[in-house]
Amino acid sequence: MNVVTLSRWQFGITTVYHFLMVPLTIGLSLVVAWFQTRWYRTGDEAYLRLTKFFGKLFLINFAMGVVTGIVQEFQFGMNWATYSRFVGDVFGAPLAMEALVAFFLESTFLGLWIFGWDRLSPRLHLATIWAAAIGTTLSAYFIVAANSWMQHPVGVRFNPTTGRAELTSIGAVLTNPTTLAAYPHVIAGALMTAAVFVGGVSAYLLSRAEGAHPADAPALHRAVRVSIALTFVAGVAIAVSGHFQTRLMFEQQPMKMAAAEALCDTETGPGLSLFAIGNVGAECDVRSFVIPKALSLLATDRTDATIPGVKDLNAQYQEQFGPGDYRPNLVIAYWGFRAMILFGAVASFGAVVAWWLTRKGRHLPRARWVRITSIAVIATPFLANTFGWVFTEMGRQPWVVAPNPQGLPEVRLFTADAASGAVSSGMVLTTLLGFTAIYGALMVVELLLLRRYITAGPEAVMPHEPEPSDHPRPEGPGDDGTASTTDDREADVLAFAY
Amino acid sequence: MELTTFWFILLAVLWTGYFFLEGFDFGVGMLLHPLGRTETERRVLVNTIGPVWDGNEVWLLTAGGATFAAFPNWYATLFSGFYLALFLILVALILRGVAFEYRGKVDSDRWRSRWDLAIAFGSWVPAVLWGVAFANIVAGVPIDAQGDFTGTLLTLLNPFGLLGGVVTASLFLLHGLHFVALKTEGEIRHRARALAVRVAPVAIGAGGAFLIWNQVARGAAWTWVPVLVAAGALVGSFAATRAERDGWAFALTGLAIAAAVASLFGGLFPDVMPSTTDPAFSLTVHNASSTPYTLRIMTWVAAIMTPVVLAYQAWSYWVFRKRIGTHHIPAVHVPGPA
Repeated sequence: MNVVTLSRWQFGITTVYHFLMVPLTIGLSLVVAWFQTRWYRTGDEAYLRLTKFFGKLFLINFAMGVVTGIVQEFQFGMNWATYSRFVGDVFGAPLAMEALVAFFLESTFLGLWIFGWDRLSPRLHLATIWAAAIGTTLSAYFIVAANSWMQHPVGVRFNPTTGRAELTSIGAVLTNPTTLAAYPHVIAGALMTAAVFVGGVSAYLLSRAEGAHPADAPALHRAVRVSIALTFVAGVAIAVSGHFQTRLMFEQQPMKMAAAEALCDTETGPGLSLFAIGNVGAECDVRSFVIPKALSLLATDRTDATIPGVKDLNAQYQEQFGPGDYRPNLVIAYWGFRAMILFGAVASFGAVVAWWLTRKGRHLPRARWVRITSIAVIATPFLANTFGWVFTEMGRQPWVVAPNPQGLPEVRLFTADAASGAVSSGMVLTTLLGFTAIYGALMVVELLLLRRYITAGPEAVMPHEPEPSDHPRPEGPGDDGTASTTDDREADVLAFAY
Repeated sequence: MELTTFWFILLAVLWTGYFFLEGFDFGVGMLLHPLGRTETERRVLVNTIGPVWDGNEVWLLTAGGATFAAFPNWYATLFSGFYLALFLILVALILRGVAFEYRGKVDSDRWRSRWDLAIAFGSWVPAVLWGVAFANIVAGVPIDAQGDFTGTLLTLLNPFGLLGGVVTASLFLLHGLHFVALKTEGEIRHRARALAVRVAPVAIGAGGAFLIWNQVARGAAWTWVPVLVAAGALVGSFAATRAERDGWAFALTGLAIAAAVASLFGGLFPDVMPSTTDPAFSLTVHNASSTPYTLRIMTWVAAIMTPVVLAYQAWSYWVFRKRIGTHHIPAVHVPGPA
């Protein structure tokens, strides 16, 4: 395999892996901040248990997200030096802003949150988790802006002397319509990931044969309700934002959408392919299960729109950009798109089932199928996130910077031309295998740790005190009420950290 | 001042911030075992940097991102050129970061000693390799007309590069020892001071030799000032340790790090990565930089955000200013076997 192929595999593996952690980090930081806010407002111990329990799981996941993020910052230069030179004037800015505006905020305030339980007033301590959560949420904005620019370059001119893309408007880059459509979709996906995680974990603990620990049960019931509500809200947000994003993509990257719909020939008033039998990569007429006119309607609001197909677009690009194959991998574009939607829908359906089982205050049945389903459903948003990114990134191929149809066609770069000149395939193979091995091993460790902490339940992170309400609470909810002397409390606090 | 010069200086500042802050983190990680003789003592050590190591590491991400934004050609040549060295640094930082978070999450000696190994590896490797990398950046490496590095990993392992590795490793070790002396109490504090007195001569010798070698080879007249400041600060920190003034000792190794970076960057300017193949292929602040517009935007962002970041990072150090001792460490409190 050549340097480009190996570099693509490395980028794919390290980025998909990194993005397993990221949505859970973003979503769970907000959910934990919300639990802690509820505790601060009401003094209800159940919310403190949820804060500490899911806070712990959040930290186990966060560590992996952080360390795999450093690789992301480095590998544009390491593996994609030609790309970095071409786009650096534009693409470097959001990355540097992400570090300055978001990463510092997230890391510093998370440190304060983990170790600051006894050092800060409850109000200030609550503020630190919100600052960290805002940091993680902001970081996604800058990275989505950077990515969107590769999908749809704006605010830029081409300098023929240097052969580089040059920034002309940072405002245009940061308010790229592609970004404005993608960001809510990414954040809603992150919220759903966290919501299903919280609900799945809680439902699992409640439905175990022995039931949850008596001290934990009320908190876990509440977590299930929060999870159901948040999954619904996030699900609607995902569908709406996804719809606008898709529509925008029909204008900005028609080839990606034609591939996603396996629309081989240009059609007027095309139907929407639900699923296909046969090889979508090879043949044009395999779209067997079609809702008439629906694609036209979804893409444009009209039933008689003309949507260009893969073949015509390919011919058009060949005329414009020279000979070559401008089609992305059609199988991945078509099935990746559907897998994303399917797994998102399964996650939402899980919430519907959970809502039905717990309607009008009913308790979750302590049944094996509930247990297994609760754990299994946690995986579905992760799969949806992954397929969504695989679709949007591979759907952009063969471009790493796709030409903007309304903009300057000179600002474009083939993935095949983007790799580093200084590295050999042996070097990339070394790092590819190295990262894969380390990431694989760390994944096992993370999952084992998560399992350990999940099965132990909130009780293990926050041992039950017989009558916590007896403790004095001078200001608001005050401390966590688990210990009565300052020294003991400090010990308990450090135990939460290292 | 031209914006390219301003960004060159700002990058020197970002690397100074990184080496100053993560320098002592590395030092603590490098010494986890020699300094922490019992598990409780090791937990004291990990807790001295627990709240801050992640924030410290963001200085590296910022330096990387700022290089990408302000000098994309430098970023591309450096990161693709020093490929395997950076890979090793990344592996080290990955293992180290996970180790800090995971070592206390299971109550088992075997589990903890595995992660301690990862912390030691993850701290020693970058502490050495950053020195190797910067020595080679300032001394120059083979770069062709396309701006691509044409050497191998072994090209970097020349005498000057290796000496650079010894310098950063010993300097971070010393800086970390001073930090431990400043942040702990009891036995560990005494042990850190005693070890600092033994490490200091290595740092002074290697650091002095390295900076003078660099100064003679490519320094400007004014860079004698930071060279002398660095040397004076190291000797001063040695004296401060002997006088049991831990705060001064720590501040002075910090000053030495800043002065060393200043002398290296000062000697490098206006190059950012000289080519040993042909000086015409050297990357400079002019041919490696972004456009004036991008630099202007980034200057605004940096001017607004840097003071904010410094303020809240300083506040977080203030919140955790208390010394930590073994009596602060609670019993192990993790879920039992599942």
